[in-house]
Amino acid sequence: MNRLNQTFAAAKRDGRKLLCPFVTAGYPSLESTPQIIHAIAEALGPGGGVIELGIPFSDPIADGPVIQASYTQALAKGCTVDKALATAKSARGLGVSIPIVAMVSFSIIFKRGTAEFAKACADAGIDGIVLPDIPLEEAPAIVDTIRDAGLRTILLVAPTSPADRRAAIARLCDGFVYYLSVSGTTGERKELPTDIGPNVEALRAITQVPVCVGFGISTADQVRQVTAVADGAIVGSALIRRISEKSTPAEAAKQAGAFVKELVAGVQ
Amino acid sequence: MTTSIEHGAARLSSEQVATQKLNPRAVKAVPDVHGHFGQYGGMYVPETLMGAVRQLADEYERAKKDPAFKEQLNYYLRQFVGRPTPLYFAQRLTELGGGAKIYLKREDLAHTGAHKINNTIGQTLLTLRMGKKRVIAETGAGQHGVATATAAAAFGLTCDVYMGSEDIRRQNLNVFRMRLMGTRVISVESGSKTLKDATNEAMRDWMGSVAHTHYIIGSVVGPHPFPQIVRDFQSIIGIETRQQCLDTFERLPDAIVACVGGGSNAAGIFYPFVEDSGVKLFGVEAGGRGLNPGDHAASIGFGKPGVLHGSLSYVLQTPDGQTADVHSVSAGLDYPGVGPEHAYWKDAGRVAYSSITDKQALEAFQILAQREGIIPALESAHAIAFALQQARTMSKDQILVINLSGRGDKDCVEVARLLETAKS
Repeated sequence: MNRLNQTFAAAKRDGRKLLCPFVTAGYPSLESTPQIIHAIAEALGPGGGVIELGIPFSDPIADGPVIQASYTQALAKGCTVDKALATAKSARGLGVSIPIVAMVSFSIIFKRGTAEFAKACADAGIDGIVLPDIPLEEAPAIVDTIRDAGLRTILLVAPTSPADRRAAIARLCDGFVYYLSVSGTTGERKELPTDIGPNVEALRAITQVPVCVGFGISTADQVRQVTAVADGAIVGSALIRRISEKSTPAEAAKQAGAFVKELVAGVQ
Repeated sequence: MTTSIEHGAARLSSEQVATQKLNPRAVKAVPDVHGHFGQYGGMYVPETLMGAVRQLADEYERAKKDPAFKEQLNYYLRQFVGRPTPLYFAQRLTELGGGAKIYLKREDLAHTGAHKINNTIGQTLLTLRMGKKRVIAETGAGQHGVATATAAAAFGLTCDVYMGSEDIRRQNLNVFRMRLMGTRVISVESGSKTLKDATNEAMRDWMGSVAHTHYIIGSVVGPHPFPQIVRDFQSIIGIETRQQCLDTFERLPDAIVACVGGGSNAAGIFYPFVEDSGVKLFGVEAGGRGLNPGDHAASIGFGKPGVLHGSLSYVLQTPDGQTADVHSVSAGLDYPGVGPEHAYWKDAGRVAYSSITDKQALEAFQILAQREGIIPALESAHAIAFALQQARTMSKDQILVINLSGRGDKDCVEVARLLETAKS
């Protein structure tokens, strides 16, 4: 069984929710990423969450300024796709056993070829792929190819997605459904919309697949609010912001671990 | 949702796509319902935008069938834009070429000084039909920004235009024109600070504003239905050219030349001729400073199939799929991608694409000014330079049409600077 499915199944059985911290591969440096992942895994505890590993892209249209800047810096410092995937492998070498999913633009996947890219992910110890810029219309063949490599696919549902699309998207997701708390780009929001609860409930009514919520979540309070209804909360920009661009690998790992510990307190 | 599987690009690498050949007879009957031109096109955008993209596609289908929309569009094209634009015989340019008779399709005479207005009027009318109150746009040379600002002012919409800071420097006059018409020009400092980055920022804006904002994409790029909508609104150029040729020469032209950045003016003049195999079509890309990566913006000439800004087409990318740096003296051609229909025409062998360097374009810019009393946009100067070469290979009874896509007032300060630098 795929690590991702296992983790969600165990959490469901135990009545726990998950925290899904987002890490940019190669930020603040390639050397620091495996240590950051390791520190986060420690802070989450066994089965406590899923790491989302952002593969840097030159033109991430779904990302706000914080993640954009982390991608730009990682690329400027020489992060390639292979090196980004290798950070997951190194993290596995450090004993990280929680699921890792890659968040990656289809521009990068297509260039390599979906089958080859999925295989490279599997070889690096990655369990699933989040497709932030693939809508329902383009998804079916891509999802099949990713599944053939033994990986799971995570597609996004937006607050603007009508009910029939939500159902069709959920049917294609075999990892989890990524529900966007807001219409817009990634980045911290002071307040989350009040319709997250009803929207997640509506998703649950149409799918057995776990539902995680992301975009705009930045505090333990917001994690509490989200995990009260969803299976997991995804935190990206707020975590990246805690990691100073000049940190050594050890400092970066410490900064990331400490913030994730803070967020874990909010998990229901 | 299985319809996209047979078109799905998932199992193909960029190399494989490039080698697939197309059926020439089907060249005009594109795109399909999901926006595929052969393997190209599609809708590679975040789910957040899909509601707006589908709403636009639906509204456009309704508008196309509505005689009142057609009448309204034609009214504004005639009375506001000043169409039809002339097909002008360039006698002294023809003499210089010494071959085919050269005619200029005078899009530079359209209101605001370029073909871009054909599309912004059309999309603004669609915006009104959708009940949206705000429009946004990206701009490189500033011509699309000005055309959007103009339409927004004429119809009372709020307008924000994203423009790379490097282009703001190069195209200061257009920045002033936009601001004068009440548009907010937002400077983009990310990446290469040019058209690609302005497009990213406009898409990010749209991610958060889809409910009340329409994004007027200025070229035949982006997710479906944009490549089709922009092509259709720009096709007025080719439709008029065709009629003018039939009225004047009682036959079609032998060759048509247009510059290609994203490719809207070229798509507009080519599309109505695509099934006329006797009419040779030439697309001219920006050859920049030379052939090395980063020195040009010739996506079809040097690029490979890839995904950028919502569609699959020829793209200049690194081996990893990161968007490559590009360069052109002309801000409007300074873009690492090209519309998916051009990729389709290239593979079908219907359009021949080549490139012209910065230096050749600057020469053509001056040649047209001196021999015809017309200052062309630097973008259009690429087409002129190529057309002069092409005309020489043709006989004197043949007819070559250049799409003179815009006027060059906006470029005068930058050209003066470049000529001064070249002297010293």
